[in-house]
Formats: sequence, structure tokens, C-alpha cells
Amino acid sequence: MEKLIAQIKQGKVWPFPGGIHPPGQKTISTGQAITRLPLPDKLVVPLKQHIGANGKLIVDKGQQVLKGQALTKPVANWSVPIHAPTSGVITDICQMPSAHPSALPELSIIIEPDGQDRWCTLNPVPTPSLLSHEQLIDIIHDRGIAGMGGAGFPTYIKADSRKAIEYFIVNAVECEPYITADDMLMREYASGIIAGIEIMQQLLTPTLTIVGIEDNKPEAIAAMQTAAAHNDKIIIQTVPTVYPSGGEKQLIQLLTNKEVPSGGIPADIGVLVQNVGTLFAVNQAVFEGKPLIERVITVTGNTIHNPGNVWALLGTEIKHLLDCQGFSPVPQQRVVMGGPMMGFTLPTVRIGVVKTTNCILAPDHEELAEPGPEKACIRCSACADACPASLLPQQLQWFAKSKEYDKLKEHNLFDCIECGACAYVCPSEIPLVQYYRVAKVEIKEQQAEQVKAERAKERFELRKQRLEREQEARQNRHKRKPATEKSADEKQKIADALARVKSKPAKDDDKSAVATAIARAKAKKQNQGADLEPDNSDVALERAARKEQARKYKEQKAAASTTDGDKAAPADDKKAAVAAAIARAKAKKAASSTTDSETAAPADDKKAAVAAAIARAKAKKAAKAEQADSLEADQTQSETAAPADDKKAAVAAAIARAKAKKAAKAEQADSLEADQTQSETAAPADDKKAAVAAAIARAKAKKAAKAEQADSLEADQTQSETAAPADDKKAAVAAAIARAKAKKAAKAEQADSLEADQTQSETAAPADDKKAAIAAAIARAKAKKAAKAEQVSSVEKDNAVDETTPTTKNQEPGTEAQPEQTAQDKKKAAVAAAIARAKAKKLQQEGSDK
Amino acid sequence: MTLFYALIALGSLALIFGLILGFAAVRFRVQSNPIVEQIDTILPQTQCGQCGYPGCRPYAEAIANGDEINKCPPGGDATVKKLADLMGVEAKPLAGGEQAEPVKTVAYIREDECIGCTKCIQACPVDAIVGATRQMHTVLIDECTGCDLCVEPCPVDCIDMLPVKTTKQTWKWQLDAIPVTQID
Repeated sequence: MEKLIAQIKQGKVWPFPGGIHPPGQKTISTGQAITRLPLPDKLVVPLKQHIGANGKLIVDKGQQVLKGQALTKPVANWSVPIHAPTSGVITDICQMPSAHPSALPELSIIIEPDGQDRWCTLNPVPTPSLLSHEQLIDIIHDRGIAGMGGAGFPTYIKADSRKAIEYFIVNAVECEPYITADDMLMREYASGIIAGIEIMQQLLTPTLTIVGIEDNKPEAIAAMQTAAAHNDKIIIQTVPTVYPSGGEKQLIQLLTNKEVPSGGIPADIGVLVQNVGTLFAVNQAVFEGKPLIERVITVTGNTIHNPGNVWALLGTEIKHLLDCQGFSPVPQQRVVMGGPMMGFTLPTVRIGVVKTTNCILAPDHEELAEPGPEKACIRCSACADACPASLLPQQLQWFAKSKEYDKLKEHNLFDCIECGACAYVCPSEIPLVQYYRVAKVEIKEQQAEQVKAERAKERFELRKQRLEREQEARQNRHKRKPATEKSADEKQKIADALARVKSKPAKDDDKSAVATAIARAKAKKQNQGADLEPDNSDVALERAARKEQARKYKEQKAAASTTDGDKAAPADDKKAAVAAAIARAKAKKAASSTTDSETAAPADDKKAAVAAAIARAKAKKAAKAEQADSLEADQTQSETAAPADDKKAAVAAAIARAKAKKAAKAEQADSLEADQTQSETAAPADDKKAAVAAAIARAKAKKAAKAEQADSLEADQTQSETAAPADDKKAAVAAAIARAKAKKAAKAEQADSLEADQTQSETAAPADDKKAAIAAAIARAKAKKAAKAEQVSSVEKDNAVDETTPTTKNQEPGTEAQPEQTAQDKKKAAVAAAIARAKAKKLQQEGSDK
Repeated sequence: MTLFYALIALGSLALIFGLILGFAAVRFRVQSNPIVEQIDTILPQTQCGQCGYPGCRPYAEAIANGDEINKCPPGGDATVKKLADLMGVEAKPLAGGEQAEPVKTVAYIREDECIGCTKCIQACPVDAIVGATRQMHTVLIDECTGCDLCVEPCPVDCIDMLPVKTTKQTWKWQLDAIPVTQID
């Protein structure tokens, strides 16, 4: 390596293969010093002027900006901000044609200069040697510096190289014909460039810095040598004029005899290359604090009267550049951005100058003729001789034409630097580079598509898996439910049996329960007076005892099975026919446990003979069992009303409808009070009626509606409202029955609601109105009984020696009707049911009147 | 006797070589990608189902079992050609007269018309549509394969299939442009 450095210091260069010698045409534009253009009347500043991501806009339309003010903020990796090139107003932020052969529109900021050219506050750093590495990198990043040689690579990334840099190479070769921007810059600002080089030396600490300048720029070489005289780590190396010695890889080979590996970057071999223009910008950014807002551009060509180099603000339209230098276009004038070898013809001259624009060439037809029609390849191999990357251009061309992309990759298409040497020497005027460019884009596209296809496949597979999982979960839910139920069922049966066994001794043991039962019975007798027959009292006593047992059992169950609520929830959610069926089954099983005690009740009512009654009773029990789980006694009462209604399940679709309504009301109750279990218990009850499909559908719709109502309105209002719509639909006789039931449910809930008085009287009134049907009356009566039974049990918590009376007393005057009803109902158990019901109605009416 | 020795010698040689070959066949076995995998990588993975199979992989399996190779409109002629090379059959034009170089599209939901029914979400084979019930849906353009499957289920027809926009990265030089020359 010592030897190599010695050789470099001696001025040795290592020629790269190939290369061409096009006429330089450089003297056209070196005749005069760099001039400064007058301010244009409009600047079009594209957001993206470099390789990498856009910055994030931080200005708005109509905003006043100062010269050097940041317009975007770097957000992602490789994003570089842009700055206002002059002070003025942002007139628009829109899509404008970009400086690209396609001129595809790109988001640009349009600034109307105010002519004052006022700078924003700058933060110059006179002694950068005092700054840390990170601070310097941040300055270079924030000042928006990107490679000005042509590619626009963000400089801060290069300057922050993680790899050790041995040779820092300054590219001052400028090999392309016509372009003299770097040449003039070096002539005029050599010391500034050297200062920039020294900043990079501080950042990269290379062993050696080599400035490569072609031997056709003696003035620049002299200026640079003078400026760099104080720094012996900077070597100004003169290189022979060969195109494309300014190519990064070619220059590295030329100056260090090292070859960048295929697909690699110079840093891989410890080399880093920067353009002189970029280094001058770094100098400006650090020492003067100025962001990158202007650059030197060569405006040349035979159609330009005053060819030369100009300082152009970024965003200056090409048209303005041409006009200022005197432009007399020829027919079918072409304006090329960049040099004649690698530049591209602009589709329009209303495109802004960007950070990478180094030359605007406006040739006439003599100096740069339109390429003629492509002729057949004669296999002369001149292209292969000219290729600086030692590729086989001719071979690549065949493959590109036949779209054999694998072959192209095999022949290292991606090592092509698109210098155009092959096309320049081609006697058949084949636009070889264009073929390569298209092929490169297509290969990249294919690769991108491959990646995308891979991802699509992955996502598709994942989706499939997910769907399968869901399907499985659904099936499992269906399968498992019955299984668990069976077990639960068995458990319940066992528990049942145990409870029964226990209950027998409990009669003796738990004297308090029996005592309370007796007390209750006595109370009833007192209430009922002499009408009661002794038989009845016995039965009542028994029933009380059974209820005690039942309650105990319920408590046990509540403790044991906390899952009740969980099970009910999903059922409630979807009420799918299947789920509903399961729910029903569960409800029945739950009920079966309490059947013993409960069946007694109907028996007491004398409906034992009717099988249907038993079924109904079971339903109620189920509901009650669940209610037992619920926390507050009041709520349970409301609920029992609902199941009571369920008894009438035997009746036709009308009944079903009615039940649906009840369920809905139960849900309303829910929304009012925290207990979710209530709604859930109501739901399964609702599901029982699933037998009539239509009824369910209707019911659901109503429930949804009611549930919403419940949410929006307050308790009292909702109840009255729900009652109203319910009434509307009961046109049919059967509907009348349904209505009656609904009302009962509503009433039960009202009892729950905090202020019983008003609501009860209200609901009672309509209820009375509609109880025309006898069947309805029966139903109501039953519901009341159920409710009362529950009331009784609930109050028993207290020191209930005389339970029924305290309850009624505790309740507000409106409810006083109820105890009376209960008493009467019981009496009528002995008498004909119809008479009893009629009386009950009357009593209710009285109550409501109160 | 000589004949006997000769037979023994040749026989033992055959046995030795047979053993060596047999061992090599097991020991140095080259694990080649199953044909279905290879076909699947050639297919464009749009999962559009235009071939009549529910996704690209099922079609790959079908091709491996002898189905036609020209049923993939999104892949175009390029895919047919690759499949022909792989399967060693004649490349043929796409079935149903589909265009040889299909235009790549992505779904676009006109968002103010979307009612949030989630039907398109369920239809999307690559989960490229986001949204929820009664919420506006939108397409993740980067993930959309342009399969069209979401267009049909939309009850309000608010999904368009738009051609993928050309960017600077995907823009290509026009090579077959006819040079315009002015004749005085």
C-alpha cells in the first residue's frame, strides 16, 4: 500500500479499458466568468431532487418564505430537505413536470420571488474543526446537500460512511463534452472547494485525498494546486482526457488501480468519491451556513448567443436560463439537460433546475444531429472495444431485444454505467443504451413483481389459515356445546338428587326455613281469612319449604357455576337457530333441577293435571334459576314476569311474538341496570320460541329497535314507549294475548324501576284496556302469581316472620293492589280460574286508579 | 473355466459399480423443487381465480396434473411462455382471447360512496382491504394484486380497477417510437 501511495504521489494513473475521445467543445463556455442570472418571475422547486425519499412539507400555499428557509423536513432515511431559493410567496404546491426524460409530474413548490432576496437567519460555523462528527453530518443533512455530479446521492449518508475510507477521491474530471461547470467553479472558487475537501477529510479521515482533473483544464489544475498547497494530504492528479473517466468506478480505477466489485459500492474497497460541486456546497453550508439553493450550470450550444456558466437558483425554469443567455431556437429545437452523451432531451423547457442539473445544451442540427434510423448490427465489436466496464454491448443488445433477462443478468447488465460510449461508436446507429435502460427497468420491475407475488402468496396463505381456524372454531363451538351440556346436565342431575336428599333433612335441620315457611303460610291465612281451606294451608306450607330448598339450591348453583353468564352471552349475541336450541336445552335442564319445588307451585294452582303447564313451569324455573344468580331481588322479580309469559309458549305464533317483546323489555331493563345476566336469561327464553321462525325474525327486529330506544331514553319513557309500539301490532286476537303478556313483563320491570308509582299506574291502565280476551286474562293471572312468589322469596331475606305483608307495605301505594291480587288469586285457585282472573283485573284497575 | 472366471470378474465388477451407484444415488441426491412449487413461483399470485381454480396454488397443482397452461390472464404471455419451458409443452395463446400483455390494475374504492358493508373485505384474497362494519373501507395499494374479486360483491359499485400509475422508477424509454422528420 505504501508503494501504491508512492506511485499515486508520483502522478501515476492506471488507464481503464475502453473509452472514447469525443470532441470536447468545452471552450465554447469557458470564455467568461460565472455570471449570476436575474431573478426569475417564478421558481418551480420539486420536492424530490435526489435519490431517496421526499421530505415532509412544512410550508403552506400562500406562505411568505425567506431565502434559505427550509421547505421540507427530512422524515425517512435518505430524505434530504429542500430550501427556498429566494424570498417570496408560495403561490402553489402542485404537480409539475419533473426534470426527467419522462417529465412525469412531481409535487413541486412554486415560489413567486418578491425581489428582495432576503436571507433567513444563517448559522455559519467559522471553525468546523471544533464540531463533532455528528454535528457536521447534521449540518450537511439539514442544508440539503446531495451529490451534484449527476446521481444526487444524499451527501450526509456518504459522509457518515461506516466503513473505513482509505482514499477520498474528488471527482473534478468532468469528462462529458460541452460541460464546464466544475471547471469554472474550480477556477473561481478553488479555495472554497479545498475547504470543503478539508471538512470531508475531518469526517472521513482518509489516508490520502486525490483530486482527479482532466488534462484539458490547465487553469483549474493550477488554481486547485495553489489552493491545496498547504495540505500535503491532498494530491491534485492530472488524468488523460478520455470519456468516461469521470465515471465513479472508472475514476477509482484510474487513480488507485482498484476495481469496485460488481454490485458493490466504492466504500467496499475503502474509497469514497465526491464531486467538486458537492464539496463547494459543503463548504458553503458549513462556513457560511447557506443551504444548497443554487448551483453552477453550463448553458451552451450553437443556438445560445452567450454561452457560459451561470449561478442558477434551484427551481429556475430552463426557459429562463435560455432566455437570459440569448436563445434563438431552430426548427425542432432540442434542449438537452446534461451533456450530449448521458443527458436527455427535455420534453418541455418549463422545468425547474434541480440539484443535479449541470448543463443545458441547446444544439443546432449540425452539432448534434438527430440519430438516424437504427440499422442492423454488423458485429463489428467496436462497442465492446469502447466499453469502459468491459461488457459485451452487442451481446447485451441481442438479449435485450429478445427480452432474455436472465441472460442479461448473466452478462452483468447492471454493471453498465450507461455512458453511451458504445452507442457513440456504433456504425449502425443502434441506440444501445436505450435498450439497456429499458431492460434494466424491466428487470427491476420483474424483481419487484416477484417480491410482490411472494408477499401476495404469503398473505393469501395466511388468510386461508385464518379462515380455516375460524371455521374450526365455529365447528368446535357447535360440537362442544352439547358435550359440555351433557356433562353439565349430569352434574345438575346429581346436584339435583343431592339437593333433594339434603332438602329432606334440611326440613328438619333448617328450622328457620320451615319456620319462615310456616310463618308465611300463617300470614297468608290471616290475609285470606276463613276462605282458606285447611288442605290448602298444608300445601302452601309444603310449597314454602320447597321454595326454601330451591333457593338454597340456587345459591349453590350460583356459587358453583359462574359460567352461566358466559354461556348465555354468546347465545344472546347471535341467537342463531342452533345456538338458540342449545340455549333452550340448557334452560330446560337448569329448570329440571328445580322442577321438584316448582312443579309443586303449579300443582298448588291445580294446573298439575295439564302437562303443558308443567312444561311452562319448567321454563320459568330455568329463568328463575338464572335470576337467582342476578344480584338484586327486585330485578329477579321483573325477570320472573318474563318467564311467566313463557308459559304460554304452548299457544301459537302470537304468543311467540309476545315473548319476543318481553325479551326486548328484559333487554331494556338491562340497559337501565348493570346486570347483563338478566337480558341473557331473557334471551334464551326468547329463543325457545324459535320454533316459529317468522316470529323470531320479527322479534329480533323489534328487540333491536327497542334496545336502541332504551339506550337513548330514560327508564320511564322507554317503558311507556315500548308498550305503545307493542300495542300497535296486536291487531289480531292472538295479538291481544301477546299484548297482555308484554304488559305484564313491562309492569314487572316497572316494579324494578326506582319510582314504581307512576309507571305502574300508567302501564296498568293500558293493560286493563286490552285485557278483553279471556285467554289474556289467564295469562296475566299466571304472571302475577309468578311475580308474587318471587316477591315473597325476595323479602324473606329480611326477618320474615310475616313476609307478604311487609313487602306490600314497603311498596308504594300503587303496588298495594298486588298483594290483594295475590290473595284473591290464591282463593280462586279453589274456585274457577276465570272468575279469579276477572277479579284480578278489577283489582288492578283499582290499583291503577289510585 | 476361463469363461467362469470372466463371468465372476464381470459380475463382481457390476456388483461393485452397482453398489457405488446405489450409494451415490442416496448420498448425493439432489433435492429438486417439486414441480408444483416451481409452477407456483411462475404464476403471478394474484389469487384471482380466473383460471377456474381457487387461487394460484390450486392451479399450479392442476397444471402439474396435466391442465392447460394458458389459463392465467394476469400472467399474460410471459407466464405462458415460462410455463411452457418448464413443462416442456408448446406455448399457446391465452385462453379466452385475453390480451397478451395485461394492464396491471389496482382496486380503488370511491370512499364517499362506500357504505361499509365489508363484502369486499371478505372477497379480497390477500387481505388488502381495510375497514369495518359501517366504516369506510380502503385498499392497500401496495398489497392489492388487481384480481377484480372485490368489484363483484360491492352492493353500491364503488370499486374501480385503475391501471397502476407509471412512476419514474417504472417509466421506460419508448424504443419503438417512429422518428418524426420534417420534409421541406
